[in-house]
Amino acid sequence: MATYLEFIQQNEERDGVRFSWNVWPSSRLEATRMVVPLACLLTPLKERLDLPPVQYEPVLCSRPTCKAVLNPLCQVDYRAKLWACNFCFQRNQFPPAYAGISEVNQPAELMPQFSTIEYIVQRGPQTPMIFLYVVDTCLEEEDLQALKESLQMSLSLLPADALVGLITFGRMVQVHELSCEGISKSYVFRGTKDLTAKQIQDMLGLSRPAVPLQPGRPLQTPEQPVISSRFLQPVHKIDMNLTDLLGELQRDPWPVTQGKRPLRSTGVALSIAVGLLEGTFPNTGARIMLFTGGPPTQGPGMVVGDELKTPIRSWHDIEKDNARFMRKATKHYETLANRTAANGHCIDIYACALDQTGLLEMKCCANLTGGHMVMGDSFNTSLFKQTFQRVFNKGFNGEFRMAFGASLDVKTSRELKIAGAIGPCTSLNAKGPCVSENELGVGGTSQWKICSLDPSTTLAIYFEVVNQHNAPIPQGGRGAVQFVTQYQHSNTQKRIRVTTIARNWADAQSQLQHIEAAFDQEAAAVLMARLGVYRAESEEGPDVLRWLDRQLIRLCQKFGQYNKDDPNSFRLSESFSLYPQFMFHLRRSPFLQVFNNSPDESSYYRHHFARQDLTQSLIMIQPILYAYSFHGPPEPVLLDSSSILPDRILLMDTFFQIVIYLGETIAQWQKAGYQDMPEYENFKHLLQAPLDDAQEILQTRFPMPRYIHTEHGGSQARFLLSKVNPSQTHNNLYAWGQVS
Amino acid sequence: MSVNQQAHTGPPYGQPQPGYQGYQQPAYGGQPLPGVPQSQYGAYNGPMPGYQQPVPPQGYFPSLGFPSKGSPVSLNSDTSSLAPNFIGSLRAPPTSGAPPPATGASLPSGHLAYSQFGHGDVQNGIPASAAPMQRPPASQPFLPGSAPTPVSQTSTFQQYGPPPASVQQLSNHMAGMTIGSTTASAPPPAGLGYGPPTSVPPVSGSFSATGSGLYTPYTASQGPPPTSVSQGLPLAQPPFLGQPISTQRLPTQVPGFAPPPSSTGIGPSSYSPATGAPRPPTMPGPPLSGQTVAGPPTSQPNHISSPPPPSTMSGPHPGPPMSGLHGPPPPTHPPQPGYQMQQNGSFGQVRGPQPNYGGAYPGTPNYGSQPGPPPPPKRLDPDSIPSPIQVIEDDRSNRGSEPFVTGVRGQVPPLVTTNFLVKDQGNASPRYIRCTSYNIPCTSDMAKQSQVPLAAVIKPLATLPPEETLPYLVDHGESGPVRCNRCKAYMCPFMQFIEGGRRFQCCFCSCVTEVPPHYFQHLDHTGKRVDFYDRPELSLGSYEFLATVDYCKNNKFPSPPAFIFMIDVSYNAVKSGLVRLICEELKSLLDYLPREGNMEESAIRVGFVTYNKVLHFYNVKSSLAQPQMMVVSDVADMFVPLLDGFLVNVNESRTVIASLLDQIPEMFADTRETETVFAPVIQAGLEALKAAECAGKLFIFHTSLPIAEAPGKLKNRDDKKLINTDKEKTLFQPQTSFYNNLAKDCVAQGCCVDLFLFPNQYLDVATLGVVTYQTGGSIYKYAYFQLETDQDRFLNDLRRDVQKEVGFDAVMRVRTSTGIRATDFFGAFYMSNTTDVEMAGLDCDKTITVEFKHDDKLSEDSGALLQCALLYTSCAGQRRLRIHNLSLNCCTQLADLYRNCETDTLINYLAKYAYRGVLGSPVKTVRDALINQCAQILACYRKNCASPSSAGQLILPECMKLLPVYLNCVLKSDVLQPGPEVTTDDRAYIRQLVTSMDVAETNVFFYPRLLPLTKADVDSDSLPAAIRNSEERLSKGDIYLLENGLNIFVWVGVNVQQGLIQNLFGVSSFSQISNALSTLPVLENPFSKKVRSIVDMLQVQRSRYMKLIIVKQEDKLEMLFKHFLVEDKSLSGGASYVDFLCHMHKEIRQLLS
Repeated sequence: MATYLEFIQQNEERDGVRFSWNVWPSSRLEATRMVVPLACLLTPLKERLDLPPVQYEPVLCSRPTCKAVLNPLCQVDYRAKLWACNFCFQRNQFPPAYAGISEVNQPAELMPQFSTIEYIVQRGPQTPMIFLYVVDTCLEEEDLQALKESLQMSLSLLPADALVGLITFGRMVQVHELSCEGISKSYVFRGTKDLTAKQIQDMLGLSRPAVPLQPGRPLQTPEQPVISSRFLQPVHKIDMNLTDLLGELQRDPWPVTQGKRPLRSTGVALSIAVGLLEGTFPNTGARIMLFTGGPPTQGPGMVVGDELKTPIRSWHDIEKDNARFMRKATKHYETLANRTAANGHCIDIYACALDQTGLLEMKCCANLTGGHMVMGDSFNTSLFKQTFQRVFNKGFNGEFRMAFGASLDVKTSRELKIAGAIGPCTSLNAKGPCVSENELGVGGTSQWKICSLDPSTTLAIYFEVVNQHNAPIPQGGRGAVQFVTQYQHSNTQKRIRVTTIARNWADAQSQLQHIEAAFDQEAAAVLMARLGVYRAESEEGPDVLRWLDRQLIRLCQKFGQYNKDDPNSFRLSESFSLYPQFMFHLRRSPFLQVFNNSPDESSYYRHHFARQDLTQSLIMIQPILYAYSFHGPPEPVLLDSSSILPDRILLMDTFFQIVIYLGETIAQWQKAGYQDMPEYENFKHLLQAPLDDAQEILQTRFPMPRYIHTEHGGSQARFLLSKVNPSQTHNNLYAWGQVS
Repeated sequence: MSVNQQAHTGPPYGQPQPGYQGYQQPAYGGQPLPGVPQSQYGAYNGPMPGYQQPVPPQGYFPSLGFPSKGSPVSLNSDTSSLAPNFIGSLRAPPTSGAPPPATGASLPSGHLAYSQFGHGDVQNGIPASAAPMQRPPASQPFLPGSAPTPVSQTSTFQQYGPPPASVQQLSNHMAGMTIGSTTASAPPPAGLGYGPPTSVPPVSGSFSATGSGLYTPYTASQGPPPTSVSQGLPLAQPPFLGQPISTQRLPTQVPGFAPPPSSTGIGPSSYSPATGAPRPPTMPGPPLSGQTVAGPPTSQPNHISSPPPPSTMSGPHPGPPMSGLHGPPPPTHPPQPGYQMQQNGSFGQVRGPQPNYGGAYPGTPNYGSQPGPPPPPKRLDPDSIPSPIQVIEDDRSNRGSEPFVTGVRGQVPPLVTTNFLVKDQGNASPRYIRCTSYNIPCTSDMAKQSQVPLAAVIKPLATLPPEETLPYLVDHGESGPVRCNRCKAYMCPFMQFIEGGRRFQCCFCSCVTEVPPHYFQHLDHTGKRVDFYDRPELSLGSYEFLATVDYCKNNKFPSPPAFIFMIDVSYNAVKSGLVRLICEELKSLLDYLPREGNMEESAIRVGFVTYNKVLHFYNVKSSLAQPQMMVVSDVADMFVPLLDGFLVNVNESRTVIASLLDQIPEMFADTRETETVFAPVIQAGLEALKAAECAGKLFIFHTSLPIAEAPGKLKNRDDKKLINTDKEKTLFQPQTSFYNNLAKDCVAQGCCVDLFLFPNQYLDVATLGVVTYQTGGSIYKYAYFQLETDQDRFLNDLRRDVQKEVGFDAVMRVRTSTGIRATDFFGAFYMSNTTDVEMAGLDCDKTITVEFKHDDKLSEDSGALLQCALLYTSCAGQRRLRIHNLSLNCCTQLADLYRNCETDTLINYLAKYAYRGVLGSPVKTVRDALINQCAQILACYRKNCASPSSAGQLILPECMKLLPVYLNCVLKSDVLQPGPEVTTDDRAYIRQLVTSMDVAETNVFFYPRLLPLTKADVDSDSLPAAIRNSEERLSKGDIYLLENGLNIFVWVGVNVQQGLIQNLFGVSSFSQISNALSTLPVLENPFSKKVRSIVDMLQVQRSRYMKLIIVKQEDKLEMLFKHFLVEDKSLSGGASYVDFLCHMHKEIRQLLS
């Protein structure tokens, strides 16, 4: 199977695609019996150092319902200058520019190594990136100060021509005009009143400029940009202004009486931000960055009342249907999210507070638009500061690791249909012949919009084999899938990335072992997990767990080898061996278990789970545990309580947390100060090793994980203990103590 | 009082009357009590003689002295003496019984006065003199007049004598009369008829003759007035011979009496013409005339004649005064109610008779001839009718010298036009409260009968001259002011302490309340508390209490109030330079916010808002380097975007504010926004005050009709076609109820709105002003604002408005003695119940007029008390109660009521009443009601108080002799009778303005002050003597100044010396004077200095800076100026004084018949 592993890896590196099955069952019936659906994890913008984009337009199949892009799988008649679409079999003329085409003179898109290719196209005006800060001012002084500094710092990270805007909110919402000299000017909105986009635009004076008194054409043209840019100005023009403005930002001045929460109009603020961008830059890449330090407490989208004596909703309340604002608020934010998505903008949520901030209600804003969601305790933590800074990280080629307004178009060969997608996307409702009636995730379409994405953004796309059992696929036939992602690059270019992949068909009855061998259990685990989490959003937790269990059982039934009534006889082939373990940890994960998590936390975890790539997703499902000891080099150990030993340092990465745990003895040594003694320098190195490794992870991970350094018996050790498989507990500690 | 009695002296005339009775009878016949009169007369006669006797002697001479002014004065005096005055010669007051004699008397007197018969007049005067006796100036003149009358009367009576029986005849006559009146032909017969029965003819003849001689000259002078007179005349004339009539008609007949005769014939015809269309129809006149006829010959003529005489008076003849004198007698005589008609009639007759007597039948001939030769109608001489100027001058000279001490109950204070000091000795100064009458009828029947409205005009925070002390502040400690347990009246000088000072009995409700221990004090032997003089609340009429927390909203002491300046920055405002002007001004003005007492800096905080279609708030917190602007475009749902930093202390935020005010004009310099909102602006201010939990005042500078999409959006609904229709009232009503609700909210928060309007077109003041009006704010309007010409005015107004003393969140309640009750309130305020007047803001210029009605009886002994308590927040945020107490007398005699009235206050009330009336009724109805009420007031006087006199005489109570002229001014005001150039906005503006005016303001507003500048003494700082508001008084060679509280006109005659022009305007000729000047050039010469100092002095006196307008004679602007010559006929159809007087008289006669 090494070959398959290599194949899978190779494919992933080249195309950013991982299929659950790399050999496809050839009929619908067989496919359903495989339990794990035919699906893939697609990372549309996977970073490819070796992929220079081509500077021309893709060649499209001329069939209006197809429009597939010319790719290496197409049959080409060099003499007739014709090519046959491998999806619809339409024969197409090459465009005139391809007149010189021949076997030896092939365009890149026909070369097999270019199964993934990127085109740069010239379409529409290039507009700079837009960043609209939406800042909560109901913060503690320290928090606000920290936030202000972060924001000021961020200005230096933006490209000079990027447009920035600022909205602040508390009891009121203020849209700051950035173009004015001297006196600073802002438009203020009541925090309790929901306004339609039109009203907002009218009030901001965005709708048609006031009737020009002197009908002068020349005036109008420059005026339009002027109008729209009152609130959104190029960084280079106003960074001094904005820095000052941010510097002068005051805490919300309205008095908060004892026993009350500050009145926070997050709902309206977001609504205005959305309306502002909608009116000025529709279908242009833009980020609305919401920084909030608490739950919305008034107006549309309020999550909790301002009485401190009524706590914010918990899972318990939600189960009891006791969260009175939840439904309405959710609806408000969903509406906003959908509007934002329709405009091609995205919403980031940076929520830093010790209590919940209403992420549960607001999650769709980030989920549907591809925005980031960051949760922290305070803006005055490195977790927030560095995470925020990392948003503006640049990739290897010096470009921002972000892209906007992408639309993903999936085309399949006839035997396949598209069942749906799960990820930070919304449906574009493109019905077509290749759209399945059975939906998994966001279905009923072959196109999705991903308003914002970065190189790691990963979607799960589910397919359905529709070939009938009695209509065999010709031997050696291959099924093909083409992913066409059009997006606005961070350098404002419009680009199209096309990935075309093909897999062999196999008859499940006769060639089950092929299919089995081509199973990608990691991908399958993540894909199943995404399905599970997706369901968990709308279904009761136990139902989801039961469903997962049943799936696992069925899978084992199908692919396991065992003797009846003999548990010990059960065997799974290597390609399935890790899968049950993933499922086990998935069941315990915060993605499906809400116990010990607030609704906000659950939303936060699920948000990230639905967008990270396979590796990260696996870490989330099953945290990684490394052991450091004097007994040898660091080694991964089982995520099991038995791995906790006194003379080990453990490093656990759960994606959201990095825990360094000093075993009992190590901790004592450290307390005794051995690391400071020259003769115990090795101990010092031992202590340092996990720190360095953790640092490496911290450096790259987005969002930055919570970094926990603890030791045996420490209070923070709970983060570790809650994750490991409790094979040893206080009940069986002595009986099983030294076994593993 | 005594005067009145003297007036009764009139009876002497009565004697003559009897003789007359014949004539009178007819009149009586018309009236219910023909027979009675006679008897009454007899009675009167009895007393009269007595009176007369004393009177005559004195009267005469004085009267002579008076003559010049006298004639009018004398009239007054008569009235005063008798209570009634006549206006001219007419005597209305006495009952029918009385009238006849009066008429008799009057006739003679009139005759005397007129012509020949200075002597006779003198005699008449004498009888009157009795009255004068009592009242020095006025009465004296009268006396003379009266004295003569008696004499003449007697004679006339005798002549008339025959008629007595004629009572019956009278009725016949009446019929004839009426007929006569109706048809031209009729008159002659009627006249004839009359003539014969009465035997008047001969008399009349003589009169006319005499009259004619004298008259002619007069008439010439009278010429103008005639119209009205003529009307009256016709009536009278018919009855009489043509002659009398003619005389009455004199107006037209100016030339000679001869015309009068013609008038007989013409009479009818002439009437109609003379009167103008309306009057002829009113012909009631005619019937009256019948009555009048009787009267006219006697009293009326006199009275009437008397007026004319004045003119003559001016001449050599003492006659005029005489006439005046005569006038008085007439009062005694049963003056016929008839108005001018009667008067005319009577006059005509009177004259007629006298002339006839005198000589002369010329009159008769006239009669005969009348039909043929159009007799020149005679007019009522304007100089003979009561002159406001004279009244004001008299009051000034009589009462201006010594302080007015308020210790005595029911004292009538000096007129508002008089400068006097007030010493508070237990009653509130008239600067705080003025009443229509200081003697209140004991019963509601009496009150109803008299129709005199009982009202108080209260100006609770009035500014006092520096010589007078402000109300003392009294602190009764934590338990708050001591009050009556039942009616909650506050401790005041009228509370009666009993039981050795342990309890006190409430002077309002008689409830006995324990004196709180801390307030206990022993009584002295007179029952006064020992600390009487130490406690303002026991010894003064006005004082203040410190309010406790119980008197505060939400039981929290108020925060200091705030001023919010809200500036329209739409295109118009920016372009006209207004925005820059305001901002510049505010920079310095903010240092002059009102302060309390001797505080170092004002506690008032300020905030700034600009707006067009959206609102801009400014954060001017002291810690900011630059102001911050916050735009609120959600005008549909206004809110305040910031709390901290919006309202700031001026000193702390000085630099930020300065920076803001510098930047505002720049920021909007290029604005193209022409639309504005309005209601949201007020809402914003309201919300800001709410958020700051304080009261305050909004200064809104607004330029245009708010048509932008927002609450309170208005449409242009100006429609001049509605004028004089039933829908006219809609022009005064707000377009939507939105503003009413808003006002209610504002009042609840103590948010007062001052509005400065700069319209270039209609902006619906009626609607925009609603909130201002109901919150106790002020509206200032600068139509077609131009920086160069209007900036001074605006800035001065703004400065005054910002700096003036003001109280916030005020509630006023007026408590009264049991028996009367405050029932109606006029002014700028809001009322949520029927007793409390609520004002978000109340400044030192705002006045509230309160009307009282009886709900029980009052007693003469205890009188009636008023206590006005005003709870307010001072400009430093202190909660206080200001108390004003006033004690009034009560009377069972109507005469007492009429003797203690104040016409200026009455006009203030009537104007406010009428101006409110236009909201609900057609303007015509309001006008008619006004006339009717006044007619009833005067008729009641005539009927119940005046001594008998001819029905043809108009007799006015001394205190009300200016009522007709002032009433006419009210009726002619822009609100009630708009000319074509008056905009709907102007009317609404004026309407609201007048509603808050005090007595002094209404006085000058309705009867502007006209000063001959060229007569000013450049060496003294006194004002030149004012002259009456009539074009005839203007000389082409002089320069005049006219002010009415809103405008100052400087009128320059065409023949003014160049030197004066050079001195005043700095140009060399009349034609070079620019009427675009808004100020007088500053020139270094005595005349210029003097004039400018006069202008400055006037500006200081008024609460608003008046607009200075230069008017050149015969220039187009002169039309505007003439509008303010209120004694003349106005272009919009307002009657001249003389005409109106005649009309009033007619109304009164109608009521009496």
